[in-house]
Amino acid sequence: MSNQPILFKNARLIDPGSDREVRGGVLVRDGIIQDLGPQLKEAADTQVIDCGGQVLAPGLIDMRAFIGEPGGPYRETLKSAGEAAAAGGVTTVVSMPDTSPALDDPAVIDFIVRRARDTSMVNIRPAAALTKGLQGAEMAEIGRLKEAGAIAFTDGARPVTNAQVMRRALTYARDFDALIIHHVEDPDLVGQGVMNEGEFASRLGLPGIPREAETVMLERDIRLVRLTGGRYHAAMISCADSAEIVRTAKARGLPVTCGVSINHLALNENDIGDYRTFLKLSPPLRHEDDRQAMIEALADGTIDVIVSDHNPQDVENKRLPFAEAADGAVGLETLLSAALRLVHSDRISLPRLLRALSTKPAEILGLPGGRLAVGAPADLIVFDPDAPYVLDKRQLKSLSKNTPFDEARLEGQVTITMVAGRVVFQRETM
Amino acid sequence: MTDAPRSVFPHRHLLGIEGLSPLDIQALLDLADEQVEVSRQVEKRKTTLRGRTQINLFFEASTRTQSSFEIAGKRLGADVMNMQVGSSSVKKGETLIDTAVTLNAMRPDIIVVRHHAAGAVHLLAQKVDCSVVNAGDGAHEHPTQALLDALTIRRNKGRIEGLTVAICGDILHSRVARSNMILLAAMGARVRLVAPSTLIPPGIARLGFETFTSMEKGLRDADIVMMLRLQRERMNGSFVPSVKEYFRFYGLDQEKLNFAKPDALVMHPGPMNRGVEISSDVADGEQSLIREQVEMGVAVRMAVLEALASHLPNR
Repeated sequence: MSNQPILFKNARLIDPGSDREVRGGVLVRDGIIQDLGPQLKEAADTQVIDCGGQVLAPGLIDMRAFIGEPGGPYRETLKSAGEAAAAGGVTTVVSMPDTSPALDDPAVIDFIVRRARDTSMVNIRPAAALTKGLQGAEMAEIGRLKEAGAIAFTDGARPVTNAQVMRRALTYARDFDALIIHHVEDPDLVGQGVMNEGEFASRLGLPGIPREAETVMLERDIRLVRLTGGRYHAAMISCADSAEIVRTAKARGLPVTCGVSINHLALNENDIGDYRTFLKLSPPLRHEDDRQAMIEALADGTIDVIVSDHNPQDVENKRLPFAEAADGAVGLETLLSAALRLVHSDRISLPRLLRALSTKPAEILGLPGGRLAVGAPADLIVFDPDAPYVLDKRQLKSLSKNTPFDEARLEGQVTITMVAGRVVFQRETM
Repeated sequence: MTDAPRSVFPHRHLLGIEGLSPLDIQALLDLADEQVEVSRQVEKRKTTLRGRTQINLFFEASTRTQSSFEIAGKRLGADVMNMQVGSSSVKKGETLIDTAVTLNAMRPDIIVVRHHAAGAVHLLAQKVDCSVVNAGDGAHEHPTQALLDALTIRRNKGRIEGLTVAICGDILHSRVARSNMILLAAMGARVRLVAPSTLIPPGIARLGFETFTSMEKGLRDADIVMMLRLQRERMNGSFVPSVKEYFRFYGLDQEKLNFAKPDALVMHPGPMNRGVEISSDVADGEQSLIREQVEMGVAVRMAVLEALASHLPNR
């Protein structure tokens, strides 16, 4: 961290938490925001960055990314994920425990924390396994893992099917004020399914996944939250009924939050088109009506956060018949651009969108970021929300290129990413 | 010479602490104090139960409790018979009743029963003519343990009323905890329960017990720290993630004991899991009453048997 103060000037300052938007600048010193507003003066020893009227906002906090370290460094390392995140304006990444070995041991969490500190240019906060070996049978050492630096507890892409295990985990986690994040998909109802159940799947001759695979599990979880009082976050919902379930739970005052992946906001099942495996996801892309319901639920606050669900897969796992291909898409670098589509189509305001990408995740995770305020960490992004570009997957910094947005026209791109007062990414065109 | 049985105790059985009045409890403790003196003499033999037959019927193995009852009975002059019943051979209520009826025909005076099922001792008591002492039924009650704990506390602190007692560990599965909670509350102690939420019986807070999930908070200003045994099969991710994690957050070591009052005393019903719920230095340390509890066990059981003597059949 350089000790020289940095002044961002001539920016549109957006503090998503307070819905405030003002013209002005931000002064950063010692890794935190020291001052901000319209009246900042340039001091002699200050490095000045002219934002040229672009937006300056808190860095994005992505609550769901799969990283291949340890165990799959060819897919993604902490270093490459950090580079991808920085290029996408993501300053904090919550990494999933689905690694090899799984992140179910305090020593492994400690390793990730240190390794990330040494190699990654953004903050990486590991989520630890909720159950040992992600097997869904025995709860992991929630207390010790939290002490080692685990930010939340989840079995990543795997659901915990045993309701008793989930009940006890929610009960136990409450004592440690630990957050449980759950992938809500009943594997028995998913069965052999590979895409959304319905007309389109039938046309493609692919086995479908009913929405009930999600809603049944989500309903069960909500009942257990009501029983236990544990803090619960549904990792991603994908259909209209799920939004309704969460809405009702929140109205009852339950400690429930939920996320949606950027893919389910930007795409629907028709985008699978001619068996495009990069759009094979879990949960699957749904009907356009569901996508619309996700956008509405995001706008009305039912959905708290947007995640990239960044899931790097190499070509060997994707260049396969659709049903045999691995689930997942990379998303760290396109998260903001794809999300801005909702702003450009007037579905949601920019501050509201940024809230779901920074302020809300920070609140849920108990992190100090996600705010543009004096004393907040200087995890910042500068972006031009209107800059048009066509995505070329070869330009992605991620080691895996399985993006569903290849050759898509996008608007809005990060120009500067700062983490803890240090500029970690600067686009050359600026 | 026969020691005259004193008619201080208005119950035919001792099935639980529930149902005993503070006066009943106090009378038993006073009687037990006298038995401590008897047990410390060279001549330990009394004649209160001379000619009487005491059957120790243990459906669950327990060296400690069974030998304590055996010694207590023998010191009072009773003929004591130990019946080991493998818990595998008796599985159904019907068999339990058959066993009770068969034993009853042998005209015993006292049956001391331990059973793995809550309520089994009550069921048996309904089918026999003699007095029945509950030596532990499932996760329900273990009244003589609570009485010996109370005696130990009273002898060391001079009172029970007004003391803050923290009962820590596997409350959910513990009959010791239940009996102690009822007794201590009845005698005017302030009872706290300290455990991870997975080991706290649901709804217990509504019964008026303060619950804590942190040892630091639960032990603050406690006079007595009562630890409970955690069964091995409950430490592997079902109720508690691991032994390591349990000891880190709920195991009583000197550091956690320091949250309690400086003169706080430590108890454990045994058998202990050293390094799981209690560290060796605390278990063997100056604040530990654990060995004294065992001595008080014999005295309390003598007191209970003697108190029941006036109600025995076969007059």
